[in-house]
Parts: sequence; structure tokens; C-alpha cells
Amino acid sequence: MNTPESVSPESVSPESVSPESASPEIVSPEVLCRADGLAKHVTGPGGRLTILHDLSLSIGAGEAVAIVGASGSGKSTLLGLLAGLDTPSDGDVELCGERLATLDEDGRAALRAGRVGFVFQSFQLLPTLTALENVSLPLELGAITDAPRMNGSGPTGIAREALERVGLTPRAGHYPRQLSGGEQQRVAIARAFAPGPRILFADEPTGNLDLATGQKIIDLLFALRADAGAALVLVTHDQALAERCDRRLGMRDGHLEALA
Amino acid sequence: MSARFRIRTSAWWLALKLLRRDWRSGELYLLSAALVLTVAAITAVGFFTDRIERAMQRQGGELIAADLVIDSSRAIPETFADEAARRGLAIARTLTFSSVVLAGDSSQLVQVKAVDDTYPLRGSMRLKADLDAAELPTDGGPAPRTAWVEPRLLYALGAEVGTGIDLGEVGFTADRLIAYEPDRGGNFFQIAPRVMIRLDDVPATGLVTEASRVRHRLLLGGPPQAIADFAAWAEPKLPAYAGLLDAREARPEFESAVDRASRFLHLAALTTLLVAGAAIALASRRLVDRQTDAVAVMRCLGAPRHVLTRIFALRLLAFGLIASLIGCLIGWLGQQGLALVLADWFDGPLPAPSVAPVFVGLGTGLVALAGFALPPLMQLADVPPLKVLRRDLGAPKTSVALAALAAAAALALLILWQAGDFELAWKLLLGVVGAVAALVALGAVMVWLAGLAAARTRGIWRLGLAGLSRRPAAAILQITGFGLGILALLLLAVVRVDLLQSWQQTLPEGAPNRFLINIQPHEKDALADWFAERDIDSSGIYPMVRGRLTGIGGETVEPDDYEDPQAARLADREFNLSYSDVPQGDNEIVAGRWWAGPDPLPQFSVEEGIAETLGIALGDELRFWMAGREVAAPVTSLRRVVWDSFNVNFFVIGTPGLLAGEPATYVTSFYLPAAREALVPELLRAFPSVTLIDVGALLEQVRGIIEQGIRAVEYVFLFTLAAGLLVMYAGIQASLAVRRGEHGVLRTLGANRGQLLRGLLVEFTVAGLLAGLTASIFAELTGYVLARQVFDLPFAPNPWLWVFGVLGSGVAIGLAGTLGTYRALVRPPLAQLRAA
Repeated sequence: MNTPESVSPESVSPESVSPESASPEIVSPEVLCRADGLAKHVTGPGGRLTILHDLSLSIGAGEAVAIVGASGSGKSTLLGLLAGLDTPSDGDVELCGERLATLDEDGRAALRAGRVGFVFQSFQLLPTLTALENVSLPLELGAITDAPRMNGSGPTGIAREALERVGLTPRAGHYPRQLSGGEQQRVAIARAFAPGPRILFADEPTGNLDLATGQKIIDLLFALRADAGAALVLVTHDQALAERCDRRLGMRDGHLEALA
Repeated sequence: MSARFRIRTSAWWLALKLLRRDWRSGELYLLSAALVLTVAAITAVGFFTDRIERAMQRQGGELIAADLVIDSSRAIPETFADEAARRGLAIARTLTFSSVVLAGDSSQLVQVKAVDDTYPLRGSMRLKADLDAAELPTDGGPAPRTAWVEPRLLYALGAEVGTGIDLGEVGFTADRLIAYEPDRGGNFFQIAPRVMIRLDDVPATGLVTEASRVRHRLLLGGPPQAIADFAAWAEPKLPAYAGLLDAREARPEFESAVDRASRFLHLAALTTLLVAGAAIALASRRLVDRQTDAVAVMRCLGAPRHVLTRIFALRLLAFGLIASLIGCLIGWLGQQGLALVLADWFDGPLPAPSVAPVFVGLGTGLVALAGFALPPLMQLADVPPLKVLRRDLGAPKTSVALAALAAAAALALLILWQAGDFELAWKLLLGVVGAVAALVALGAVMVWLAGLAAARTRGIWRLGLAGLSRRPAAAILQITGFGLGILALLLLAVVRVDLLQSWQQTLPEGAPNRFLINIQPHEKDALADWFAERDIDSSGIYPMVRGRLTGIGGETVEPDDYEDPQAARLADREFNLSYSDVPQGDNEIVAGRWWAGPDPLPQFSVEEGIAETLGIALGDELRFWMAGREVAAPVTSLRRVVWDSFNVNFFVIGTPGLLAGEPATYVTSFYLPAAREALVPELLRAFPSVTLIDVGALLEQVRGIIEQGIRAVEYVFLFTLAAGLLVMYAGIQASLAVRRGEHGVLRTLGANRGQLLRGLLVEFTVAGLLAGLTASIFAELTGYVLARQVFDLPFAPNPWLWVFGVLGSGVAIGLAGTLGTYRALVRPPLAQLRAA
């Protein structure tokens, strides 16, 4: 794993955060996610609005990168583009070795299946499924799409293991509405890690939780990430949380800058 | 196992798993209820009409003395009897021909029927030892050299029972009087009296030669399937001069009543289908709204669109099959209830239903689901995965055109399938499409007006009216749903109160139960006096002229030219024509004009049904061969006749100037109460040449069908009622999620429960009034179309419909909507906001 120092860029210009402009020795041996000249515009009642301006960055395997910024700075939009949930107005993203611009919506979905995990601020658990079923879902979908990771124990077995790792085995049969916010986020983390992803995108994972619970969740997230060796892209406005990442990037008005 | 197969089974497996999870969560309850209800109504009626068909076949069998008859103008090839015997069917033969009997110096034209010992296969002959003796049922034909005769033959010959009569070269003893002959059928009006002899005696008489005009009949009896199989085998092999006759065609009065009852039942089932279809559409829309987040997460987790599409399609298919099977089961139970309600329709228990309605039920369920639910559910796959990050991205916009097209196609298919009648199907479809379009258009206008009004009002009125205009699409959908529900309930009232009553009135107490035929011209006035003296009302004494149809519009009529066996028979047999200055009271001119003035030009008026069967159009010249000369005149009007009224009616009526010169007998019908039965022998003694036909039993049977049919229709309408309530519930539920959020915000901002409750009451009451107004307009229109175009019944607008339709729906929906959403209101605001 890279040390925080090894991935800190020297300058604060957007270009400088890309591995290309950083010192060669600090570049991760494998780049999992790379953005190049990324821009996003939307057209609203007041005309064209630019949300992201010409960003470039790259994230290496196993690297934890925090994207920090105020509300409306464009960090969630960036996360959506990096994960292939949205398409940029300009520029390109390469994820797990594939250029997203060359893939259609289904291609991007297939790329995510089993390789990319998500943790959201609002948990995004399916209310009609139990904790165990929520964790099984990506594995079951992966079974259909022939996603890379499917071992012999089957979706339910893997899901049980994942729930055990987050300490929720006794709550496996509970529905989201029967779980506390912290428990729901633990289920979401178990779901994110169950397929063995190579990269995890987390969008304000503690945003809906109190401080103590949030702390526990982050501890769990980082511990599981360390076990899995997965890269992490963490969107947060919490500086303390960002401090735990290898590298911190700041978003302001759609511009990305490296933070110390 | 190949990878592809594995993927397929996994998709099935996951689809079933998701279905099970959806069910557990309660998301599918509404959709299931709507679908189960639709299938149950369709299959209940399907099972039941299937059983009726079979029972009619059995019961009607009595009217042709068999289950199936091959009717032929020449000898029937032996292959048919051989094949019937090979299939284990019971066989009887009859031969009918005209001849003259001699008794002493007297002679009389008679209709001879020769039968074998197995005749009749269904029903039995009833004979009397003399005019005053009791009727005794008899099996088998007459003994050798004996004859059974109609009483009027003996009168005409001046003979007694036991007298010897000569038929051709053989002498017979007129042994018994015929009181009832099962397969006399619709041929009431044959002029010559009946003589029945043994088939074995025919050759000795020397009356039947190659050139004789003889009617051969091969009577067949057996289980329904065996009969149906034989009919299917025989139909294509029959020579042009022969035709198949089954029980349904034997008695138009009976068939007409059962047919109408069956139409009512199908209509009730179709109404359920239409209304439940709206509930299915509303419930699907709600399901889509509630599943949007789940789909976004699944797409985010890497499920490609095609996989989701496949999973949704499989899930819907599995759901459709399961719900439809449950619907079939409920339908089967429902028809058991229906069979109990109608236990007295037929003698003996109803035959068991076939399995065919199960397939109809399954097909209906799947087609309804495909039409109403598939388009919105399939569009779920279009939910952008970005929605997991941006909640403001709503559910994908359903293509209104696609949804409407799919629903219309499904409806058209189902209506056509159910109604089995293209005209009824397109009228109904047009009516439904028109009603929905009008409901949507009126809903849009009214929501717009509510928005305008909201800006000018204050307090709860503003809150309520703004509730309508704030979510225009949801409000329009809701008003349409309410409108359809109310429409179903009002239609139920229209059909129950107006149409069924009209049907009942076609056969009031005192409807004629006796026909008198062969009244001679000189007896007409005396008979009228006889009726008047005894205070008996007749339906009128009408002249009847016999004639064979020889030409239509310049073309010669040949029975063999008609493919339809019924048309061929009609063309082959003699018509009973009448003449009159005025049309009969219960006849209605549907095309052209009845003749006016004291001495109109020669012309004919034809019953519309037979005109259609024989291809007679207005303006065509009809030629009849009557007593040695040809009579020709154009058709200037078509009439609609209520056949099950039991009044005397004629297919063809001419102007008096055209037919009055022809030899005629007279015919009438009248009502004789059971208490005055003693008048019958008196009448027959006073007018010995007339033939009295007792249709009391048939009349009671038809009346029973009408009364029990009405109960059956009411029973099936319970499904419609349930569907109507369901669609309204679905309408209320449709906006619950959004409403929950809004109320959470409003209460957080300080609105109290009372204010919100009154706001809701205003919103739902106004929506109910608007829906009720539109529904009342359409219920009245539909009632008119059904009465006039489908059921041939008179129609009178019902003012109460408007009172109940508009005010009733305002009150009912106002209360139901408010109570239905109240639960969401009593929760703490934070819980509402979270649940939204």
C-alpha cells in the first residue's frame, strides 16, 4: 500500500494531482482509476452551468483517496463520473483498465459488477429485502452477469460471511426499517465488500450518523478495506475523516486541488 | 451445463427470489388483487357458460329428440350411421313426408313421420287414449300397422280413436292421440296434421320412391365430447343436401333467452376486466415508483439493463402465472356459487365444466398484465444508476403513447376474445377508450380550474384545491381511476335497474302461453267472439300464408347455394308469411319505412335476423311461390322482433293487397291461467280444426332463465363491484408517498392535523365530484348503447343516476380518500418525512 507521503502531489494545480505530473517513484504500480480532462456541464434555466472543470487524477490499486469539499462543490458529481454512474461532458475516465467512454451504459454496469463497491450517505438498502438479502443482491446479480468473483459457497454463504465481518449475523433476517442508522450502514458496507471489489466509492458514509457511530463505521470501513486491499475513493466534508486516507484532494467550485 | 443455460436459470432463480421478496414486503398486494379479480371474474363466467352450453346441449336435445341430427332431403349415406355406431353413439332414424290418409269416404292431407323403436333418443312421446284422457309418456315407436295421430286429423276425417285409416297400400289403426312430440321443434305451424307410424311399415305403403319428397333424419345420442367429435368428423363429409342440426338451433325462444343471459354475464365479466385493468395500471405505476430506488441500486451494483429487463420480464411472467392460477381457482369456486344460484335452469345437475376456461383465465391474466403493467415495469430498467447519488432524478417517464397503445391492444384482444362478437368488442373498446380519454381530458381541465380556484381561495380550500393542482399528472391519473371505478358502479346500477328490468318486462305476467294455429278464415270472427265472451286477451289473430322463397333480388334461391346450414334450411322450407296494414306493437322498424296509406304498393317487411342470414337487403325483390303462382315485391323495411315475447311473429310480412288473395289460415297466441285450464277442451270442441299448442312449460323455462339470469348477472357484478372499489383504492394509494412527504413538511411548518384533514376532504371530494360527473355521462351513454345496440331492449334515462353518480361519488370518495390517507397523517412528522 502507498504511504500518504508517496501520493501527495507537490503542487495544487489540478494537473499536478495526476500521476503523470507527480514524481515517477510515487506512482502506484497499477492505476485503477484515471480521469483525464474531465468536465461536466449542465444546462439549467440560467443557462449553462459548469460543475466540473477539466480535472485529471489517478488512483492506484489499494490507495485511499479522500475528496473533500463543501456542499455543492461537485464532489459527488466527480464520484459519479469516476464510478461510471454518469457520463462526462468532456474528458475520459479509465476504470479497472477500461475506458468508460468506449462502453455503453450496460458495459459500464458490467464493469462495475463485482469490481466496484459503493457506500452511500443514505445507505441505499432495498427496504423490501432483509440485511442478508441486501448483501446477497450484488452477488446474485454477479452470478447472472458472470462477474469475476464467485466462489463455491454461493451468494448466501458469502453474504453471511460479510455480515459476520461487520458483526451483524444476529440481524441477518431484519429489514432495514428494523435496523438503526449505524447498523444499516454496516449492512451497506458488508454489501460493498461482499463481492470482493477492487475499488470502493464512498459518498459521505457518515453523513447520516452521529459522531460516535460514524467513527465506528469509519473504523470498520478502513479495516475491511485494508483486509481486502481495495482502493477507496471517499467523498466527505469531514477533514478528520479525510486525514485517514493516503491522499486528500480538495474540491472547490468544480476545481480539484491537492491538499496537504 | 452451458454458461448460457446457467445464466438463464440464474435469471429465473433471481426473478423468483425477488418476486418472493416483493410479495413478502406487501408491494404486490394491490397488483395481485386486481389481477386475481380479473381472472376470477373471467374464469367464473367462462366455466359457467361452458357448463350452460353443455346443459343446453343436453336439454335442447329434447327439442330435436337427440343430441345431434343429420337432416337430409335424400337418403343419408350409410357411412354416417356406421361411423356413429363405431363410435358407440345411440342411433335412431326418422322419415317425414306428406301424404293423404283415407278413412271411409274422407281423405286428409297429413304429415307422416315414420320412426324406429329407438326413437326418441332424448325426451319422450306423450300420448292420450282419447281427448279427455291423461297424457302418458311412451318410449319407442308405434306397434306394427298402428298409427299415432293428432286429434284434429280424426276430427277432419270424422273418425274416432281406434278407427282404421289407409296410408298408401296399407291399413293402420289410429291407436293413440299425439299430445306431445319432442322434436316437433320450431315447426309449430305445419298445416297438415301429424300421423306417426313405424319405419318398418313404410316400404309396404309404397309411398316412398326415389322421386318422393322425403326428409330423412339420422338421430344421434351420446356423451358431449363424442358428439362433438362426430360432428367435427361428419361436417366436412356431408353431401350438399344434408346438414347437421344441433340442439341450440332447435328453439329460438329458449336460445334467445339463454343467449341474452350469457351476453349479460360476459358483459359483467368484461366490465370487471376493464375496471380491474385500470387498477392493474394504477398499481403497476405505484410499483414502478416504489421500485425506482431499488433499480438504481441494482444498476449501480453492476446489473446491466438487459439483465434487469430479463429479470423483470421473468418476474412479471411468474407473478402473472401464479396470480392467474389463483384467479382461476377463485373463478372455479365462484362458478360453483353461480351454478347454485342457477340450479333450476336445467333439469338435473349441470354437467361438469371443461378445463378450457383455465387456459382462457391464464391467457387473460397474462395479456392483461402485458398490456397494463409491462410497459411501465419494463421502463424501470431505464432508471439511471446516478439516482443513487441524486435523489432528485425521478422515476423514468413512462411513454404515455406506449402504455396507452399496449393497454388498448390488450383490451381489444381480450374483449374480442371474451365477447366473441366483433361488433360488441369494438363498441365496448371505443366506449372504454372514449371514457378514458374523456376522463383524462376533463381531469386535466378540472385540475387546471382547481389551480385557478386555489389562487383565489384561502385556508383549507386553498390547501385542498392546491393539492389537486400541485401534482397535475397524479391528480389526473387519480380522477381517471376514480372515474372508472364510479363508472363501473354506475353501469352496474344501469344494468341492474334499467336493463335487467326491461328484460324482465319482455315477458310480463300474462305473456301468451298457448298458440292456436290452423284457424280457418270462417272461424276467425267466432274465435274472437269466443275470446271476448270469456274475457281472454289474445295477441291478435293474424292471417298466415304459406310460400316458398324462390328469388332474392333477381337471383334464384337454391338451398344448396348457402354454406350456412341454417340458411340452407330456411331457403328449403316453406315460409309463414302474414299481411297487415300496421306493424305489430312489439316490432320495431330498424331500416326503411313501414307502408302507409290505405292502398300501398306491393311490398315486404322482413325480420332483420333472417334478412342477414339469407342475405336480403333493403330494396331487394323477393319472390315467393304460393299455391301455384308467384308473388313478387320489393323489401321496404327491416324489423326487429322480440322472439322471446311469445307473441305471434312472422319473418316476412306483406301488404294486404299483395297477399290477401292467397289461401290463408289464421294464428294467434293468448294467456290462459292455470285455474282456467278447463276451457281447453271447450275451445277444441268449439273449434275442432284448430291446433292448440301449449308453450306454458317453455314459457316458464324462459321466464326462469330470465329471473335466474338476472341473479347470476348480479352475482358476477360482485366482481365488478370489488374491481371498482379496488381501482378507487389504487387511486388513493397512488399519491400516498408524495402526500406523506408533503404532510410531513406542512406539519413541521405548523399545520395541525385538523387543517390537513379538512384539506384532504376538500381535495378528495372535489376529485370525487369531478370523476362522478364524467362517469355519469358515460354510464348513461353506455346504458343507451347497450340497451339499443346489444340487448335489443328499450332505454329510458335515469335521473337518479346523476344524483347518485355525482353527489354519491363526491361523498364516497371524499370520505374514503380522507380515511384512506388518514393513517399517514397521524404519524409524527419526522416519521412521515423519513417514510417519504
